[in-house]
Amino acid sequence: MLKKFVCIECPQGCLLETEIENGRMVKVNGNKCPRGEDYARGEIENPARVLTSTIPAEGLRLKMVSVKTNRPIAKSRVLEAAAEVRKLKVKKPVRAGEVIAENFLGLGADLIATRDVLKGTP
Amino acid sequence: MSERELVIVGGGPAGMAAALSAYEHGVRDILLLERDQYLGGILNQCIHAGFGLNYFKESLTGPEYALRFARRITDIKGIDVSLKSFAVRLTPDKTLTYLKPGRVEKVKAKALIMATGCREKTREMVHIAGTRPAGIFSAGLAQKLINIEGLLPGKEAVILGSGDIGLIMARRFILEGARVKGVVEIREQSRGLTRNVVQCLDDFDIPLYLRHKISRVRGRDRVEAVDVARVDDRIEQVPGSEFTLECDTLLVSVGLIPENELIEMAGVPLDKKTNSPLSEGLNETSIPGLFVCGNAFKVYDLADSVSTDSLEAGRMAAVYLRQKGEGR
Repeated sequence: MLKKFVCIECPQGCLLETEIENGRMVKVNGNKCPRGEDYARGEIENPARVLTSTIPAEGLRLKMVSVKTNRPIAKSRVLEAAAEVRKLKVKKPVRAGEVIAENFLGLGADLIATRDVLKGTP
Repeated sequence: MSERELVIVGGGPAGMAAALSAYEHGVRDILLLERDQYLGGILNQCIHAGFGLNYFKESLTGPEYALRFARRITDIKGIDVSLKSFAVRLTPDKTLTYLKPGRVEKVKAKALIMATGCREKTREMVHIAGTRPAGIFSAGLAQKLINIEGLLPGKEAVILGSGDIGLIMARRFILEGARVKGVVEIREQSRGLTRNVVQCLDDFDIPLYLRHKISRVRGRDRVEAVDVARVDDRIEQVPGSEFTLECDTLLVSVGLIPENELIEMAGVPLDKKTNSPLSEGLNETSIPGLFVCGNAFKVYDLADSVSTDSLEAGRMAAVYLRQKGEGR
């Protein structure tokens, strides 16, 4: 089976032309860099996305702490993960890169802060 | 009034890159003004990933990208950062007036770099018929409300214009549990990057109505619905093609305008159509020693390109100061 789609790894947006056999990618054309091949394989065999969101902070200098998953999570579970993020609150100061929830929902990725949010008032 | 070798207005990606580069090229007396209480500018509200692929060769979120620069700046003694500082007046001799909480400051700069970014076009600039209810926001404002203030502007949104901020906000509304009824774009193609159409719209089955316009906003106190119509090759509405999308919020993402009122005040001629300074070359203005960089110079697609071109602005200011010093 042939499948064409656009690579989303970087702003170039290469058109990837892939050949698929039994759910596995066997060939890819059109990618201008190696990331394209990895993306194509992932998109066919196990599509995944990095989830980014914000969590309300309490007793800290900012109202919101921006967060992300430190690696892509299964695309099919992004909405479920986003709904769980909405239930969280951050009450302790955090530094960018600090883990907020380890192996978030068993998705194989940690939820980490992307900004320093120190003690204080907004 | 104080005097400085180099004053930079704006602590976003452009101003930070310009400051670091000017320092690296030998300038030791730099004042960096930022109106917010943090460095980073609009990057801090751009919590999504995809920044830095060119500049740092890895995918970062906006706040992470900003932090890479901000940490270096805070470590350098020769760069004096003044937060909560809002520039309000500029004269042709590069004297800048700015407000700090409770006082007015004046500084005379030997060289000046304006890194003031851009602002969003508004609903009024694209002529939409209908009522004027609450619930109409520019996409970047909605982004600030959600990501910085923690306020969700609505529960069912329609987005006008398929610029990158509009696409990013479509996904952001979904991730916050709101609904997005569609993105309406008058052109034949999305204005945003293809990757954003894929990962922000296609991933969540949000319809993209190309060659469509919003023909009417409905609602008295709050937006209740918008009418959408197809347009033909001459951008004329196709009769009978109208349909209604019920929604409580309309996000407008129809382009950006460089923010250049201060240099205009100082007598720099601007391009009336784009609001960029009329210029002989990158980052230059009609006044020697007055530079403009980043989205204030022209609207960029990528923060990475802003950083790269703004490093050049810092270098240009350093060269100008050196030549000025030798000529004395």
